[in-house]
Amino acid sequence: MPIRSVLLVSLCIAGGALAACASDTSAPDGANEDLENVQSVALTLVTHDSFAISEGVFEAFFEQTGIRVEVLTSGDVGSLVAQTILSSDNPVGDVVFGVDNTFMQRVLDRSILEPYKTTELVNVPERFQLDSTHRLTPIDYGDVCVNYWIDALNGPPPVALMDLVLPEFSGSLVVQNPETSSPGMAFLLATIAGTPDWEQFWTQLKANSVAVTNSWESAYYSEFIAGGGSRPMVVSYASSPVAEVIYADPPVDVPPTGVLLDSCFRQIEFAGILSGTDHPKEARSLIDFLLSPTFQNEIPMNMFMYPVSQKAELPEEFVKHSQLTENPLSLDPAEIEDKRKAWTERWVEIVLD
Amino acid sequence: MSGWPQFVRRVPTAIIAFVPMVFLGLFFFYPVLTILASSLTQGWGGFADIFQSSRARGALWFTAWQATASTALTLILALPSAAVIARTDGRTGAWFKALVTVPFVLPTIVVGGAFKELFEGMNSTFGLPNLNHTAIAVIIAHSFFNFAVVARTVGVFWSGLDHQLEEQARTLGSNSRQVFWRVTWPRLKPAILAAAAITFLFSFTSFGVVLVLGGLRQATIETEIYRHAIIRGDMTSSATLALIQVVAVLVLVLVNSTLERRTSVTTRMIRSPITPLRPRTKAGITCFTLVFLGTPLFVMIERSLSFGGGYGLQNYRALFDKVPQLPTTAMSALGNSLTYAAIATVVALTVGIICAMAIVTRRKLVSRFFDLGAMLPLGVSAVTVGFGILIALDEAPFDWRTRWWIVPIAHALVAVPFVVRSVVPMLRRIHPSLREAAALLGASPSRIRRQIDVPLIARGIAIAGGFAFAISLGEFGATSFLPRRADTLTAPQAVFRLLGTPGDLLRGQAMALSVVLAVAVAATVITSEMLSFNTANRSRRKSPIGS
Repeated sequence: MPIRSVLLVSLCIAGGALAACASDTSAPDGANEDLENVQSVALTLVTHDSFAISEGVFEAFFEQTGIRVEVLTSGDVGSLVAQTILSSDNPVGDVVFGVDNTFMQRVLDRSILEPYKTTELVNVPERFQLDSTHRLTPIDYGDVCVNYWIDALNGPPPVALMDLVLPEFSGSLVVQNPETSSPGMAFLLATIAGTPDWEQFWTQLKANSVAVTNSWESAYYSEFIAGGGSRPMVVSYASSPVAEVIYADPPVDVPPTGVLLDSCFRQIEFAGILSGTDHPKEARSLIDFLLSPTFQNEIPMNMFMYPVSQKAELPEEFVKHSQLTENPLSLDPAEIEDKRKAWTERWVEIVLD
Repeated sequence: MSGWPQFVRRVPTAIIAFVPMVFLGLFFFYPVLTILASSLTQGWGGFADIFQSSRARGALWFTAWQATASTALTLILALPSAAVIARTDGRTGAWFKALVTVPFVLPTIVVGGAFKELFEGMNSTFGLPNLNHTAIAVIIAHSFFNFAVVARTVGVFWSGLDHQLEEQARTLGSNSRQVFWRVTWPRLKPAILAAAAITFLFSFTSFGVVLVLGGLRQATIETEIYRHAIIRGDMTSSATLALIQVVAVLVLVLVNSTLERRTSVTTRMIRSPITPLRPRTKAGITCFTLVFLGTPLFVMIERSLSFGGGYGLQNYRALFDKVPQLPTTAMSALGNSLTYAAIATVVALTVGIICAMAIVTRRKLVSRFFDLGAMLPLGVSAVTVGFGILIALDEAPFDWRTRWWIVPIAHALVAVPFVVRSVVPMLRRIHPSLREAAALLGASPSRIRRQIDVPLIARGIAIAGGFAFAISLGEFGATSFLPRRADTLTAPQAVFRLLGTPGDLLRGQAMALSVVLAVAVAATVITSEMLSFNTANRSRRKSPIGS
């Protein structure tokens, strides 16, 4: 094929792409055909890759308010936070969802969010409302906990975080590197909040042959017994046993895994309005909607997190199979941001040397 | 093709050369320079910090030596397969080439799991040390993923050499070892250098493999850039490391292109039979390739088929249904991937072939300029490119950062170096006398390109197109640091998301989707091989420049 025909074809494609993007507004797939209302506004919700919601949910919001929502996803929570900060001069969207308590201080330290105190907060328990300036509104939460494969343990499961250093659990646990994985970071924070001396705890855990991987996927699918590995304990989520029932093959009645409730670190996810949005009023409606029962009820089965609103109802599978501790471990977000570097560097020294 | 309108035929070469310059300039250099400039505002103090930090020095050292070792091991493991590819044409050859190309699209986590089982098996059965989470595991995995680069680039180049020289050497009394080292090897060098450059850059900036198969000690510049930018929110340190990475890649490409230029040999395009391998040697090499590359594939197929305690196709059927973890069905993600791969292939071939033609010109400055420009995208971290696009392409007329087509464009950026390095050695060996003779006989430069260059590099273009397609289908990193719309979900992203929630059902579907991706790549390679084989044969019969 001569160079020129290659060139022409590519010019056509480039031209086509430009034409497509010129006519490209907000809704994909020409979804705004039924949208005759000229006044209607399209909002962009920026979130992380784990975001998932049933198809009809934002349709319901559109029918209520005439506001379209387009979702943009961008990597994991750390990547979302970095992108939000980097692009704050010219934000990609109007509302951000998915910033958690381990990263929230980094966002709050910069003036990139608009304060908004939604009336829906009356349904949200005080313990989730970490931002007194109301720039970040709590939407959902979940716990990062040690999971164990019930049949693979020789004796009774551990009941306390400190049990993990006992000789009977030698070589049993796999955790993630806090410098590359968000559950790994949450578990490090759990040990800082939940043991008398976390450095000593990790020294003992290392002596007890803990395995460390760089990602949750490697830990769960290649070291943990569920994925064909050999270790019966893994750092995962409080909701993982529910997923192990719903997505079991062949089907099972009870989860094959259990949760060490004493090891759970609470993660709360927040939403906020990005400064510079052209549609502040509509953005506030979206925050209200994220806390409405319509959205809140969908959170568990789609994202395997728990709704913060007391008006939301948990699906049957969650009521039956999930365990949540009354007293999760937590740390002040400002302290996390302040000491993250020092803690992770110390952790690396202990685990590597 | 004489039907082109007159004005098209008069398009000057300079304008054609603008295509890659505009493309690379807009989508690579402008974003990368923007992010580096905005992050390096605090002067040069960052460099002192980096060089004083033992951890950063360790990462620089590990990056360099593992990339060197990965390149060496890939050459050792894959060159024998290149010998087989050089001697296998037609359907068998196409199947073999398809097999070696499939690793490009296999998800790192799946390959990682398969290697882990292999290492543990070797540990328990033969008492070998367990290599899981060591530097050696990373190096072996890099050879697995880059096998095709060496086997195919060198293999096809090899088959196109003038084999009468070997025949003559043998007649003069050399044994086959002497013939290989003194006659064949020196002439293979340009293709080997080209393949080595790609393998080195790929290993140099590898991210997923290092995270999945490496341990805590195996930090590379790429993973350190990620750690500083994402976990620490420290863009200055991350940009400092990114700049060091760019400089290292520049030096490497300069050295490589100098060597490649020095070693290049022209060949008289004479079709002469290549000495066949001994059947036992050929069978041994084929067996090794099948086992080394096929094992993870086999593990993946087995898991994709297991269902309900037995075997069945349920996981494949489930790909048509929507699961909560994905914003769309797995099959429409596959549709996106195929569309993007087609676009990325056309763009990468256009840009890459024009760059390759500019690189082989005699003007050294032009050559260097295009060589560096086309190779850099493979050597710059995904975080740098992604964040660069995020902050640079954000305002009219370049407000493109959330457009769907930025995804195939990013794939094409990664694929351009593969195209360039597949085509350059082929172009260089065209004997100048061919072009001169054609010019003397009155052929226009465009006619020379059309009737001499293009048919002679058809096989190179086929390899390049196959690589570009496979790279786009398997690409994961380049767009993961950009905000993406739900309807641009690609198949590798879908695999990753399916593996993000526990449960054997979701894992089965992830495996099934990976198998479908592998089949798509294999089918593309086989088709393009059959087409280029036929084209090359036809043009050889037709044109007066053959034997």
